[in-house]
Amino acid sequence: MTWLWFHRFGSPPHFYRLAGRLTPWFAWPAALLCLAGLIGGLVLAPPDYQQGDGFRIIYVHAPSAWLSLMVYVVMAVSAAVGLIWRMTVAQAIAASCAAIGASFTLLALVTGSLWGRRMWGTYWEWDPRLTSELLLLFLYLGYMGLRNAIDDLGRADRASAVLAIVGVVNVPIIHYSVVWWNSLHQAPSVMKFGRPSMPPSMLIPLLLMLAGFTAYFAALLLIRARGELLRRERTARWIADALC
Amino acid sequence: MSAPRVGFTRAAIALAARDLRLAVRRAGDTLQPLAFFLVVTTLFPLALDPQLSLLRDIAPAALWVGALLSSLLALDLLFREDAQDGALEQLALSGVPFQGLLLAKTAVHWLLTGLPLVLVAPLAVSTLGAPYGALPGILSALLLGTLALSLLGAIGAGLTMGLKRHGSLVALLVLPLAVPVLIFGARATALAIQGQPLAAPLYLLGAFAVLAATLAPWALAAAVRIGLE
Amino acid sequence: MNELTADNLQLWRGEHHVLRGVCLAVSGGECLQVTGANGAGKTTLLRALCGLTPLEDGQVRWRGGDVALDRLAFHDELSYLGHDNALKADLTAAENLRYTAALCRRVGAVEIAAALERTGVAEAADQLLRQLSAGQRRRVALARVLLKRGALWVLDEPGSNLDAHGQALLRELVAQHLQDGGTAVIATHQGLDLPGTPARCLTLQ
Repeated sequence: MTWLWFHRFGSPPHFYRLAGRLTPWFAWPAALLCLAGLIGGLVLAPPDYQQGDGFRIIYVHAPSAWLSLMVYVVMAVSAAVGLIWRMTVAQAIAASCAAIGASFTLLALVTGSLWGRRMWGTYWEWDPRLTSELLLLFLYLGYMGLRNAIDDLGRADRASAVLAIVGVVNVPIIHYSVVWWNSLHQAPSVMKFGRPSMPPSMLIPLLLMLAGFTAYFAALLLIRARGELLRRERTARWIADALC
Repeated sequence: MSAPRVGFTRAAIALAARDLRLAVRRAGDTLQPLAFFLVVTTLFPLALDPQLSLLRDIAPAALWVGALLSSLLALDLLFREDAQDGALEQLALSGVPFQGLLLAKTAVHWLLTGLPLVLVAPLAVSTLGAPYGALPGILSALLLGTLALSLLGAIGAGLTMGLKRHGSLVALLVLPLAVPVLIFGARATALAIQGQPLAAPLYLLGAFAVLAATLAPWALAAAVRIGLE
Repeated sequence: MNELTADNLQLWRGEHHVLRGVCLAVSGGECLQVTGANGAGKTTLLRALCGLTPLEDGQVRWRGGDVALDRLAFHDELSYLGHDNALKADLTAAENLRYTAALCRRVGAVEIAAALERTGVAEAADQLLRQLSAGQRRRVALARVLLKRGALWVLDEPGSNLDAHGQALLRELVAQHLQDGGTAVIATHQGLDLPGTPARCLTLQ
């Protein structure tokens, strides 16, 4: 019984319609949440005791870092589902995730670097989180590179699925090894946004931004996945009905 | 009509024997990664002031970057030829577990391209000015590290099998995954040179090698099958 | 007993719908010849039967059992010869055969020599494969197929590079295999004239 929704979800025309209907339900909340979060973070929250107004970049940096990782996990999981159950929809979702995740990673790196410039005076210090983000960017680029290099779409889907699965298992290990390495060399580390002692006036806008970014990702993913699905099912009959 | 089936061990041994024989016949190709490793590690001092104290500091980096690049170079030897002449297909159709056969191939590949690095490491280490007392530590780290690199590299080679112009793509795929090896291995080497206990990074390196050995059979077989489609 | 059947095989190569509901049935002692123009999908069909190329839909059955459920047992009885000979150029003919046979059963030197003799390349036994002509290499590949003693032969253009003698040899080998109760699926664009066996054909468009 429970597998029925799984298989229905996996049917391309059904997913296409569903995604189309759901997109505004993610897009509008994304806009509102981000607006609220930005107002709360940039205007209402008090300046930090140590960092002054410079810390406010956290409202963009933290959500994009969090999302860069989450998107990779979503990509790997849907790639695995697509590989094991041979679902086109899952493969389309995985293919759509890559560029979005890479963009979030790049955003996290740039904002992190700008923050570092403010705090350390240089654009790059081997902060463990930033280093992990950099390696994550390489993982995304490798995934996209592999996809691009294989001409046959089905083979590209399957090969990159294997890569994504191997990558997702390695990501925590890579992160741990970088943190370990950093702790030995005592390089400066500034990103203290995990502090439990963050006051609500700072924390709430952060959570709002996080939710907003996630909703934005969902909306973007649905739009891109629909496009991917159209591309893959070009010759199928349901396309003509769906588009008219 | 069906004849008695041969056990997996015999098949794996036959495969290993074949690969070793081929490697001996093409000794030049097989020794290239080793030569590359020696050249790279000995070039490092040329880029610096050759005072031994300074060299000692960069020795871990030189050794491990050399090992990493050498193992990448060696990946070409693993699947390319078998994929081109159809021998890899026959392995997939042999009736013997494919995962095991691929793992056997990777093991022989390590023997031919990873183990030699460990054996010539004393040479590289001495040109980099490290004390001889550091050798046991350095060699054990290299042993575990090259094993992990061979396994990860094999996955990358399997994924890029049959692609033209894939040289830099393999590097892009494998290097980020190999970062833990670089970090733990270099740290173990640095501690060995300083004469300090290096159990911690060595254990971490070993754990990573074990993880690679667990993941590799599945990933390798999946990747190569996809490449044979 | 040695029956191979395929129902409704569907396969896409990218955008191209190569196999559109292909059905076939071959039993022991029969040879199915797959013909068609270049690019019609003969090689794809043969590879799909072996399990090298995944099918989008459809089932292949060997001896009544679904091939996908026990691939190793199916492959144990399958001898596949593709466009490539699947032999190593840097090994001698005898070494190549020793290796390929060792992957599936215990084979002695006598048997290997006999196989080489049968395919007419006994004198090339100790020559490196790269020193042999294309026709000789193809004969060594046929010896490989012989040695495995598989009940099912799937051969893709086996006669390529073979001269008239070689073609005659091929016909003999296939006829002998069928007589022993084996099954064969052969892709050829010329048609194989087998003495004593009615020709069964499958043409792909």
